Amino acid sequence: MARTYEPVIGLEVHAQLLTRSKMFCGCSTEFGAPPNTHVCPVCLGLPGALPVPNGGAVEMAIRAALALGCTVRNRSRFARKNYFYPDLAKNYQISQYELPLNEHGRLEIEVDGVKRRVGIVRIHLEEDAAKNLHPVGAGGDTLVDFNRGGTPLMEIVSDPDMRSAAEAEEYLRKLREILMFAGVNDGNLEEGSFRCDANVSLRPTGQKQLGTRVELKNINSFRFVRKAIEYEVMRQQSVLDSGGIVEQETRAWNVEQSRSFTMRSKEEAMDYRYFPDPDLPELVVSDEMIARARAQLAELPAEKRARYRSALGLTEYDASVLTSHPAISSYFESCTNELLKACEKPLSPQQAGKRCANFIQSEVMRYLKTEGLGLQVPVTASRLAELIAIVEIGAISGKMAKEVFAQMAATGKAAKKVVEQKGLSQISDASVIDGEVERLIQAHPEQVEQYRSGNKKVLGFFVGQVMKATKGSANPKMVNEALRKYLEG
Amino acid sequence: MTEGRLHTRTLVALSSLVASGEISSIELTRLFLDRIGRFNGRLNAFLTVDPEYALAQAAAIDRSKQKREALGPLSGVPIAVKDNICTRGIRTTCASRILENYIPPYDAHVVQRLRKAGAVIVGKLNMDEFAMGSSNENSAFGPVRNPWSLERTPGGSSGGPAAATASSLVAAALGSDTGGSVRQPASFCGITALKPTYGRVSRYGLVAFASSLDQIAPITRDIRDAARLLGVIAGHDSRDATSYPGEVENYEVECGKAIKGMRVGVVRDAFEKGCDEDVASAIDKALETFKQLGCELVEVSLPHISYGVSVYYIVAPAEASSNLARFDSVRYGLRVLGEDLFDTYAKTRAQGFGAEVKRRIMLGTYALSAGYYDAFYLRAQKVRTLIWNDYAEAFKRCDVLLTPTAPTPAFKLGEKTGDPLAMYLQDIFTLPPSLAGIPAVSAPCGFSSSGLPIGMQLCAPAFHEGRLVRITHAFEQSTDFINRRPAAFELD
Repeated sequence: MARTYEPVIGLEVHAQLLTRSKMFCGCSTEFGAPPNTHVCPVCLGLPGALPVPNGGAVEMAIRAALALGCTVRNRSRFARKNYFYPDLAKNYQISQYELPLNEHGRLEIEVDGVKRRVGIVRIHLEEDAAKNLHPVGAGGDTLVDFNRGGTPLMEIVSDPDMRSAAEAEEYLRKLREILMFAGVNDGNLEEGSFRCDANVSLRPTGQKQLGTRVELKNINSFRFVRKAIEYEVMRQQSVLDSGGIVEQETRAWNVEQSRSFTMRSKEEAMDYRYFPDPDLPELVVSDEMIARARAQLAELPAEKRARYRSALGLTEYDASVLTSHPAISSYFESCTNELLKACEKPLSPQQAGKRCANFIQSEVMRYLKTEGLGLQVPVTASRLAELIAIVEIGAISGKMAKEVFAQMAATGKAAKKVVEQKGLSQISDASVIDGEVERLIQAHPEQVEQYRSGNKKVLGFFVGQVMKATKGSANPKMVNEALRKYLEG
Repeated sequence: MTEGRLHTRTLVALSSLVASGEISSIELTRLFLDRIGRFNGRLNAFLTVDPEYALAQAAAIDRSKQKREALGPLSGVPIAVKDNICTRGIRTTCASRILENYIPPYDAHVVQRLRKAGAVIVGKLNMDEFAMGSSNENSAFGPVRNPWSLERTPGGSSGGPAAATASSLVAAALGSDTGGSVRQPASFCGITALKPTYGRVSRYGLVAFASSLDQIAPITRDIRDAARLLGVIAGHDSRDATSYPGEVENYEVECGKAIKGMRVGVVRDAFEKGCDEDVASAIDKALETFKQLGCELVEVSLPHISYGVSVYYIVAPAEASSNLARFDSVRYGLRVLGEDLFDTYAKTRAQGFGAEVKRRIMLGTYALSAGYYDAFYLRAQKVRTLIWNDYAEAFKRCDVLLTPTAPTPAFKLGEKTGDPLAMYLQDIFTLPPSLAGIPAVSAPCGFSSSGLPIGMQLCAPAFHEGRLVRITHAFEQSTDFINRRPAAFELD
């Protein structure tokens, strides 16, 4: 019988910081500009140019570190990581090695009811490499776009605390969420602003000592992380089961073939010749700076979810949907606040929260999805609150609200304007409804008699007639009440 | 004053002539360009001369003068800069094949400062390739010759700036000093050089050799010129993270101040070992002069400076190996296409770099390699701290320290090229102050029996350049070494 093995997984995440300028120069970090337009002597590595650290990036890295329970060093150092590659302007990357900015954090995850605390070894600052392009029509040449070169990155290194691919995936989702809510990373995997490498090893169940680890590179979606780790666990298991030994190496995940390939063996491992960068003095972070970063740290998703449940009475599910992205939660929160302020009918926070949660999760999210808008809600939170308020006072029905929302989104008009122009406003004027009901009763004495002699189904006939006469805009509840009053009274 | 002797005047004197309108900047610039045209062939001091660029700057100064605008402290005077200082639109080669045709798109911080002060930059000066060398024989474009004796070296690595200034091809020059690269050439050429405290002058735009040591420094006819020039280039620059934010003192006002009571530290064991006799006796005489000027001579010991050469030849090459990695042909510079990417790197760098640069890249790469880092680089950094401590201790007992600048006067070209270690020992006195980051001046203090200049080195605590100006000026006033000139360049 084959032995059982326990997978041991540690992750290294490279997260781009949301600064407007690069790590060591003033160039823009904007994504998608024409190649080599956001460059200068510093990020092109021209002779004589020197790096100066971006204070904003330092601040963001500290904020992230605090969100992850790290200790921030008052004194840290930048170091040079030396290797030759065309996407590296200076042929060294400015990173941190000994004495990183932040250390000793943790992140709690839960998979299938099992909670686990994943340690964070360090979070350090570094600069991103440029981008090598292999365009068709360049005659096989490789071109380099230095726009990305020098973009600020945080490298977040976890302890080898995860025991399954599912845990690794959950760790990444959680980490991404925290970084987004801390306002330091956009969590965009496609544009490469959140990237992951995994270290995977196996050991016989019950053994303390770690097995030989294999580094997996180039896995840039949650799905691939899971697949790549699962593949690697199986691969190592079959090596061990057949009596072989796992070689220490770096492997790259190939999406098309759903398998990994050796990139570098242990013998080919690079000697990066790290040494403190003499161009950059010690990075000094005062306790005041740390306190300031702590004050700026926004409410994190777990705290938000708890608050949505307790203060707004949302279900666990609703709370988690509404905290899936900082843009959604902030939209939800301002919509709820606006509704409480704007609605003519006094609402409790729970009522307002529930109304907004329902509308956002149904109409708003559906609209974003069908129109492919991502997270760009075309209707502001305060305008959505106006719309929900109109429904709340009964001026339009919930069904009409859907149509009004679509119109608002398409035209950019306010809810009241759309309702007016479309004549959608629900008739809630009692005198109008009474007048209509009186007219019908006089016009249909036969049906009135049937009703009064016990055939209550005739009520439906009258309702239909009122609706027909008002083109469906009469308040159904009021029509019912008025009819009963006239027929029975 | 006849125009024919104008070139012998100092930078300070010439700039007041321009400011007072006695001579135009154009006239002055033509005069120096003419001298460069006549004499540079013998010296090989210039790698690039740009008369058009120089005359345009001069014309601008003259126009300002006509409009009665305030002129800067270097108004209209021709100077030149070492070819590792970036000049926008003008080739900056570092005396290397790999940058033979490299034209920077920006001006170094010091070049911006020079222009703002009204200097006329006439060209770029020869040097040891990437500032690595002590004889200027490592230039890819041929050695510079010493104006005092053409078969001898002007010293290095700032051989071009020293030779050009000593022979009055320019009024003054900027060099760079990593381990003695302005001081030893100044000593060999009978002129003055003032290496500032590390951080006092921005390195932005200086092509890096060893980042923790490099400083840009004035090379001048006398100390007042050095003070004037340093005043222009010193000061904080936000583009250099190692730039010192403190205020710049007025160096020039130190000229003329008394030095009575100043304590001059003497490091006996340091210059008695392996020092040329003429050099030792010139230093003894200098000490006598200081005594006569009312200075107190104090014997001090710096127990760790004998490790200076070893420490320097770990730290500097280590930094250089990383700094010079960017010369890979991808973005600029020489490209020699190979079979593949790494072959292109190898071929480009094999053809682009000279022997000494390659030697130092290999030394440095080795010192930083896994398994050797602790034994070499880290150990060297620790000893560097000990040297720094030695100076801190010494300066409790004295105000300045005196040593020779170099153990010998200028040696002959080719004399030491076969023996890198002998060449490295040229820097025995200049390396320790560099490692400690403190300011140091080299000033003429005598001549050898064969008529070659000898320099003395004075060091002061960090950011006490003013003190060096004061004591050097007092020495100049009571001696006449700065007034002697190499004869061959006085024939007009």
